[in-house]
Amino acid sequence: MKPAPFDYHRPRSLEEALVTLDRLGTTGTVMAGGQSLVPLMNRREVSPANIVDINFLVELSGITHEDRAVRVGALVRHAELERDAAVRRRNPLLAEAVPHIAHAAIRSRGTTVGSLVHADPTAEMPAVLVALGGSVELRSAAGGRTVPATEFFLGANRCCAAVGELAVAASFPVPPPRTGTAWLEVARQRGGRAVCGVAAVVTLDTGRRVERATATYAGVGATPVLVDLTEVMTGTRFDDLARWRAAADEGGSALAPADDLHASAGYRRHLARVLAERAGRLAAIRATGA
Amino acid sequence: MSEHEIELSVNGRRQVVRVPARRLLSDCLRHDLAFTSTHVGCEQGTCGACTVLVDGAPMRSCLLPAVTVDGCEITTAEGCRAPDGGLGRVQRALVRCQGVQCGFCTPGMVVSIVAFLRECPRPSPEQARDAVAGVLCRCTGYQDLVAAVLHAARPDGGASG
Amino acid sequence: MTAPHVGRPVTGAAAERFAAGTGRFLDDLGSGAAAAAFVRSPHGHARVLRIDLADAERVPGLIAVFTYRDLTGGAREPLPVLIPHPSLHSPRTGLPLADDVVRHVGEPVVMVVAVDRYVAEDVCRLIRVDYEPLPAVIGIPAARRADHLVHPGVAGNVAARMMQENGDARAAVAAAPHRLTLRLGVERSAAMPMECRGVYARPDRDDRSLRVYSATQAAASLRFALAAILDLPADRVEVVAPDVGGGFGVKLVHPWPEEVLVPWAALRLGREVKWVEDRAEHIAAASHERGQQHEVEVGFDGDGQVRGLVVSFWHDTGAYTPYGIIVPLVTSTQLPGPYRLGAYRVEFRSLYTNTAIVTPYRGAGRPQGAFVMERTLDAIARFLGADRAEVRRRNMIRPSEMPYDQGLTFQDGRPLVYDSGDYPALLDTALTRSGWHDFATRREREPDKRLGIGIACYVEGTGMGPYEGARVQVDTGGHVTVTVGLTTQGQGHGTVFAQIAADELGVAPRDVTVVCGDTRRFPYAAGTFASRSAVVGGNAVALAARKVRDKALRVAARALDVPPDELSLADGAVVANDRAIPLATVAVLANPLRYAFDHRTRQATQFAPDADPDQPPLDADDAPGLDATAFFSPIRSTVSAGVHVAVVEIDPDTAEIALRNYVVVHDCGRPINPAVVEGQIRGGVAQGIGGALYERIAYGDDGRLRTGSLADLLLPTAHDVPEITIDHLVTPSPLNPLGVKGVGEGGVVPVMAAIASAVEDAEGIVLDRMPITPAELWELRQKHRG
Repeated sequence: MKPAPFDYHRPRSLEEALVTLDRLGTTGTVMAGGQSLVPLMNRREVSPANIVDINFLVELSGITHEDRAVRVGALVRHAELERDAAVRRRNPLLAEAVPHIAHAAIRSRGTTVGSLVHADPTAEMPAVLVALGGSVELRSAAGGRTVPATEFFLGANRCCAAVGELAVAASFPVPPPRTGTAWLEVARQRGGRAVCGVAAVVTLDTGRRVERATATYAGVGATPVLVDLTEVMTGTRFDDLARWRAAADEGGSALAPADDLHASAGYRRHLARVLAERAGRLAAIRATGA
Repeated sequence: MSEHEIELSVNGRRQVVRVPARRLLSDCLRHDLAFTSTHVGCEQGTCGACTVLVDGAPMRSCLLPAVTVDGCEITTAEGCRAPDGGLGRVQRALVRCQGVQCGFCTPGMVVSIVAFLRECPRPSPEQARDAVAGVLCRCTGYQDLVAAVLHAARPDGGASG
Repeated sequence: MTAPHVGRPVTGAAAERFAAGTGRFLDDLGSGAAAAAFVRSPHGHARVLRIDLADAERVPGLIAVFTYRDLTGGAREPLPVLIPHPSLHSPRTGLPLADDVVRHVGEPVVMVVAVDRYVAEDVCRLIRVDYEPLPAVIGIPAARRADHLVHPGVAGNVAARMMQENGDARAAVAAAPHRLTLRLGVERSAAMPMECRGVYARPDRDDRSLRVYSATQAAASLRFALAAILDLPADRVEVVAPDVGGGFGVKLVHPWPEEVLVPWAALRLGREVKWVEDRAEHIAAASHERGQQHEVEVGFDGDGQVRGLVVSFWHDTGAYTPYGIIVPLVTSTQLPGPYRLGAYRVEFRSLYTNTAIVTPYRGAGRPQGAFVMERTLDAIARFLGADRAEVRRRNMIRPSEMPYDQGLTFQDGRPLVYDSGDYPALLDTALTRSGWHDFATRREREPDKRLGIGIACYVEGTGMGPYEGARVQVDTGGHVTVTVGLTTQGQGHGTVFAQIAADELGVAPRDVTVVCGDTRRFPYAAGTFASRSAVVGGNAVALAARKVRDKALRVAARALDVPPDELSLADGAVVANDRAIPLATVAVLANPLRYAFDHRTRQATQFAPDADPDQPPLDADDAPGLDATAFFSPIRSTVSAGVHVAVVEIDPDTAEIALRNYVVVHDCGRPINPAVVEGQIRGGVAQGIGGALYERIAYGDDGRLRTGSLADLLLPTAHDVPEITIDHLVTPSPLNPLGVKGVGEGGVVPVMAAIASAVEDAEGIVLDRMPITPAELWELRQKHRG
């Protein structure tokens, strides 16, 4: 199980990388951590003619703690997020979801931005980005653009980065005050692909009533699915079990999951309800201390 | 297909090797540089037998084209021995706790546990379980591996008892 | 006296090599060999219309491409039916490379040899094979319907049909106060050793010989098979199993197509060729097991005693039957477990399907048998409202009934007679250790959790013949070498055999080197399977070491002028009351020499002062050296047994199943090394957990493999296997000098049954098939509610 031949390019600057990608056009494929790409290459499910290795572009490394967001450079490995105390404090949803990504040896190489670009519908990072209303910065030889999460994911394993565009960073907004978050997922095995994952983001008013609530689901559609539960939950006390259940039912009814080897569509929809209820309540409880 | 001369430090020794772009680090270590402890069990990053340390962090060598880690320090199980060439602390613990049966996953376990104990020198039993959860073992049922992690983490370095 | 080493948790030298990273596995050898890769069928069933090599032949680095038409001699013939049986009326085996029809995904069609594996795979990609897809037969229901046939001329897809009966079971069922019928099923899974298969062939033109390294469990038999197929004198063929990264049965099959083709190509090309299987190949093209469907009729009385049991089952044997009917035969004979069944009738049909072949995987049909028997007993307990453990106790064979004849013919062709055991004691210990009787209290203490407890019992016929052998040598440095024909894949043979020899010879295990699986050093063996190595091989080691011991005493007696019965062996020396001769010196004296090669051997040459000029230097019927070979051939299998108790916790909402506790109480006779024994049990239980909750090999109805990688074929990780509490009871086997019984497979046998019992207990929903996923359990809950 060996990859097909390819030519290897190692740009030394972002500019050189963009020029290289521009020149290679559809024949060029970016490799960051490679933890999703190389398995496909080893199976020869993809056989890129040219690999543009961005691992040596120090300018793409580093987590930046901006005022309202955690900005994650394209070379930031999952393990760096996991270890970053400020991420845990400022963006607990991100911190809570990262350890669910595969195993330590994958997290120490795989990049968070790479995971977004790979756009696996069962993956944690795309759902978290959507849940937080984040964005991805794309650059090309022609310029740059910032794409909101809701527009970034086009389908299963398909994002909106065009030929010649490189995702250089992602911004994970820091939740506003009185906001709690939670990531829950069910996988066949810990570290395995999620059967269903849910990110809940709940903002309370000063009277501990729900002001805004969303659930974002992984594993139940071709892209992460964000369902706004605000209408059901608004004005509800944060710990109202029945209302959270009703909200989770509402959220679940918006989903159209598929069958696969590991779970039926019906079970996935059921999980989406269970996890949304649990995650919503958990996020709401956390919001009381936020 | 492009070819590249790369430089690796493997277990502290500088190695210069010419590889085709597609050559996986696992194959480069095993077949170009004769570090055969790096075993290949799935080439999908799932089994973990090929795990090595790259600049101290555990990584699947089957998921790294060698050229992408040009300039890095690689540690394999051979490099986890004691300075005198005998078994290192983790290796001793694995033998002592019967954590070795067929031996195929063992090198991946060794480097994973070494890296884990650097980050978490006094693990709980649950953390010790997590330390070996990224490598599949088909022989031991894992309990003896968890015991080995805890044994290696003892304050006396698993030297006694 | 040196303390006995048998019975102690000694660690072995192999573990140190492996931990140090200095193991030598198949792909660590032959760095200069050409690499083989195969074009394999992507179809479950298809006719091969055309193979186009034009593009492939232009690839730089290509050495050779072979199709069936290129093969010669025995390589053109179907692979052997290794274990013929009168009931296997329609055996079929594949060709090393498919000719006109492929019958499962992964079947080799074209062999490519290139400078390395990368190039070989490039070439495979450029070979175009045109197939005409044929209807695939997937799964037992389709095979039974037989709308399509896997092999022309094999009616109903039935490869074999076999029936055994002890008593008139149908009449017994009919006459019983109560009757139940059950339909039970187990799905496919596979051994999945962490090292895949591999073969490396080294032809030596100067020596006119062929050395083949293979990751095999049966080196000796592979050698004879290759000699026959390649038409070489066996004397010119050497097979070596290097360090082998797990086997669990799959590496017992031989010769695999690749084991024929790689040596064949090496001879043809006059160069070294190596094939190292990758995981995708292994999942598709190596063997699987477990797939069976059972129909059970049981008659029993108000105490839950079984009066009669009638079982019919269908066994999915895959596309070919190289290993005959061993798996269903074992299922059918081990199904009764530790119970006295009144009357028992079992009938099975082995069915061809368009899937990978089915051959023994650890447990070899027993997990299915235990699942059926134990599900049946749970059903009886449920019907009567009786305690599940109590129903088992009432049916158990009592120690006073040993030896107990089940009235069946076992897989070794011999009567299935349980040699010894105390099953009620195993049960009692398991109940105590697991808190069985207090479980209701525990449940009340944790009301927010959905807990369940399950129990399952098993027996395992182990250590069958025909024989194994061992050679024990003491060299003139006092070092002991034990050589066996058995191979080892991590079971600790090196440690265990060293302990046995060490005790016989009064040395430390560290002074004993064990050599396994190298036909150059020991040509005769059956192989490592059926939990037989410690029993058959271990006793052969003991017998050979005793011969060496007797010789050492004899030689030392002469040297010391003391009667042999006043001598003993201890601490590496032959000891008399006040004197001792090192074993090394005895070894020198035991080999009368013409030529001295070092200071030690000087005393054994013809002009040495001790030489008696009136005696021949070597006694009649004696052989030189402290060197003896012995074989052990058991009369029949010895029967191990055990009881497992599983406690599960199930999420009431998500239906996730977690194991909370797991208790094993077992009896493998006298344990040679308790740590090795426990390692075998834990590993077996882990595989059983895999088979119960995670592992399933799935094919689509079109014959495509749906679980082609370890991302979909889930093996248990450290998080999925709980702490396992193990207790040993010992009833020595009367059938062998060491009193041992096998333990290699027992751990896996009752796990599916125990977990099914526990899940059923937690949920109140009857489970009739395994494995079970959370999604399936949830679906069952819906059905149950609806």
